Amino acid sequence: MTDIAAGPRRLSSTETVRAGLGRRKRHQIMLQGLGLAAISFAFLMLATLVGSLVMTGHKAFTQTHITLDVYVDPAEIPAAGLPRGGFRDVMTAALAERIPGVESRAELRALGAILSNGAQFMLRDRIVADPSLIGQTITMRVPVSDPYDQLKKGLIDRETPEAFRRVKDQEIAWFDTLMAQGAITEPFNWALFRNADSRFPELAGLKGALIGSAWALLVCFLISFPLGIGAAIYLEEFAPKNRVSDLIEVNINNLAAVPSVVFGLLALAVFLGWFGMQRSAPFVGGLTLALMTMPTIIIATRAALKAVPPSIREAALGVGASRHQVVFGHVLPLAMPGILTGTIIGLAQALGETAPLLLIGMNAFITSAPSTPFDSATALPTQIFIWADSPERGFVSRTSAAILVLLTFLVVMNALAIFLRNRFERKW
Amino acid sequence: MSRIKVTASALAIAAVSATAASARDEIRIVGSSTVFPYTQAVSEQFANNTGAPSPIVESTGTGGGMKIFCGGIGEGHPDITGASRAMTVSEYELCTQNGVTDISEAMIGYDGLSMAISRSNSFDWDVSLGEVFLALGAQVPVNGEWVDNPFKKWSEIDSRLPDVNIVVLGPPPTSGTRDAFVELAMHAGCKELAYVKDGGFDSAWVNENCSRMRTDGPFIEAGENDNLIVQRLESDPNAMGIFGYSFLYENLDKLKGVKLAGVDPEFDTIADGSYPVSRPLFFYVKNAHRGVIPNLQEFIEEYMSDDALEPGGYLTERGLVPLDAESRAALQDSVLNAKSMDAK
Repeated sequence: MTDIAAGPRRLSSTETVRAGLGRRKRHQIMLQGLGLAAISFAFLMLATLVGSLVMTGHKAFTQTHITLDVYVDPAEIPAAGLPRGGFRDVMTAALAERIPGVESRAELRALGAILSNGAQFMLRDRIVADPSLIGQTITMRVPVSDPYDQLKKGLIDRETPEAFRRVKDQEIAWFDTLMAQGAITEPFNWALFRNADSRFPELAGLKGALIGSAWALLVCFLISFPLGIGAAIYLEEFAPKNRVSDLIEVNINNLAAVPSVVFGLLALAVFLGWFGMQRSAPFVGGLTLALMTMPTIIIATRAALKAVPPSIREAALGVGASRHQVVFGHVLPLAMPGILTGTIIGLAQALGETAPLLLIGMNAFITSAPSTPFDSATALPTQIFIWADSPERGFVSRTSAAILVLLTFLVVMNALAIFLRNRFERKW
Repeated sequence: MSRIKVTASALAIAAVSATAASARDEIRIVGSSTVFPYTQAVSEQFANNTGAPSPIVESTGTGGGMKIFCGGIGEGHPDITGASRAMTVSEYELCTQNGVTDISEAMIGYDGLSMAISRSNSFDWDVSLGEVFLALGAQVPVNGEWVDNPFKKWSEIDSRLPDVNIVVLGPPPTSGTRDAFVELAMHAGCKELAYVKDGGFDSAWVNENCSRMRTDGPFIEAGENDNLIVQRLESDPNAMGIFGYSFLYENLDKLKGVKLAGVDPEFDTIADGSYPVSRPLFFYVKNAHRGVIPNLQEFIEEYMSDDALEPGGYLTERGLVPLDAESRAALQDSVLNAKSMDAK
């Protein structure tokens, strides 16, 4: 102690602190600033992404329709000939009623192209359902074809020289006449949810993909949830702590980080190759996604089980419960909110997964929705993949709209997970 | 717990056997992504007209499609595969080994590979295939030397071309479009050059040296998504894109084709072969599946109908370059009557 007095005078600790204070404050401010910058950057990116999706995607939520008084001509559609008949000609004739002076075949053909290709089949389905309509005049609202939908939405520039435009001057004039007559409306695009895929953008919808995704997720849940919880309970509550169980634990953690395409290749080799299962089936998709989701569920379940305090187990054992009763009567119910949160987040991940589904052929073009998990189907992400690669202009906005639908589902699922956690989870 | 496990695995096993046993009542089609839009159109038309279950059309690429198609005969294997080139000898052998011996080949039309540029670019682009190779090859001849491609601007290749940077967006090596472009444009362009023509090189040398696209910046692999290339071209008036003619056709209001050797990419020039970069499109049918898989014959009839194939038919509306009337009649005859293709 005497040495201190002998040496050059040292700063007291208060002074040291004071001298460094400015530097510490600067660091503090810098750290805060960096954090703020990082968060703002992330938000900016997110806003750009969602913003650009909404900008292009919102146009797909409405679809231009045309209302026509259709005279169901018995000469074109004889009752005896159903379901075949000249439905296209009848629709074109109804349209020609509104535009006087269109006579030649070529002109009628061009005029008929204003109507969606699906219009004739809508008429057919209506007549087949009620053949008494033959000979009457019925009012129908049918979608217009994609180029005219683009025109209505202002996506086709009228200033472009005619030769380079999909819609010619004459056709624009016809369409403007129809607009002036009030025949053109732009209601909500129900087809986006009620129809399965189509090569015509105005008819294409997500129904097949939504049902396909739902089946795949159901299969995925039914397999990964019980197996995942079972494995987690065994590892956490019953397995002896030794090298083998350590090895298993390390492997499960690794499995959770394996890229999803690897699971796709595995499914291709095992499910499709060895077991000879069908390509493109949501059932196989669900199995593949279950392989991917299981490690996530096991890890979440083990964490939830670990969070239940040992006192609960000891108390239950103390009053004479068996280990089985302790786990299923006490620990598992208390851990359930955590388990469910983990499961929902795992399923949300599975919902957005594309690569493994591409490998098992769930990126097929199918114009009908699946009715069982064994029917061929697409899923939401693979449907986006198909639409993104379609040449028709209308699919650009529909791709963004489909992404928005997928994002909505993800947000809802994650919100549900947060709700469950906040509402039911107990803190000890 | 064990009960749950047992139930789950029993469920899985039951489901597996159910899938394997269930009969297939829809047509399954795989193959080239270039033929995919046309097959799509026929499938939808067919399902709408007949009320039959809609065929399942999968875009797997030509090679991938052949592998699946040639996997064998029976419900577990597809009925039709699309191809943007003819079936190769090794693929035919694979088919034969697996019992797929009776195949009908249908050449449905042509697809042009177009180079396109934004309409806001005012220059009237007309390049020879040799110039395309000089712009995009990894190694090119300069002053009699085979060297790494030094060209950064079009004007450096030929003084009549504008003084702008070479920026070309194209498909990645995994794409059939890329294979076709390399074979039809790059190889042909390479052989046009005096250095190669007079050098007496064999085709193995050409294959090895003229197939590589440059990787130093001017050629950009833009992924498989052609719509993305279209968007890039709109925002950069000096950038060119390489894609199938159907994408140029859909976007003619924003893009214009680059003339190759003086010829514009158009239906007529692609069909008569004067546009140099075009390829035939095919599909292959397993004749053993006709009459076994419900509706397969009817589907083929729809594909072969004049409504679909003739000029102005719904396939040409989608960008298929149609056959002339005579070849169409021959095609319809051979495919509808299930004539088997010759062993190669």
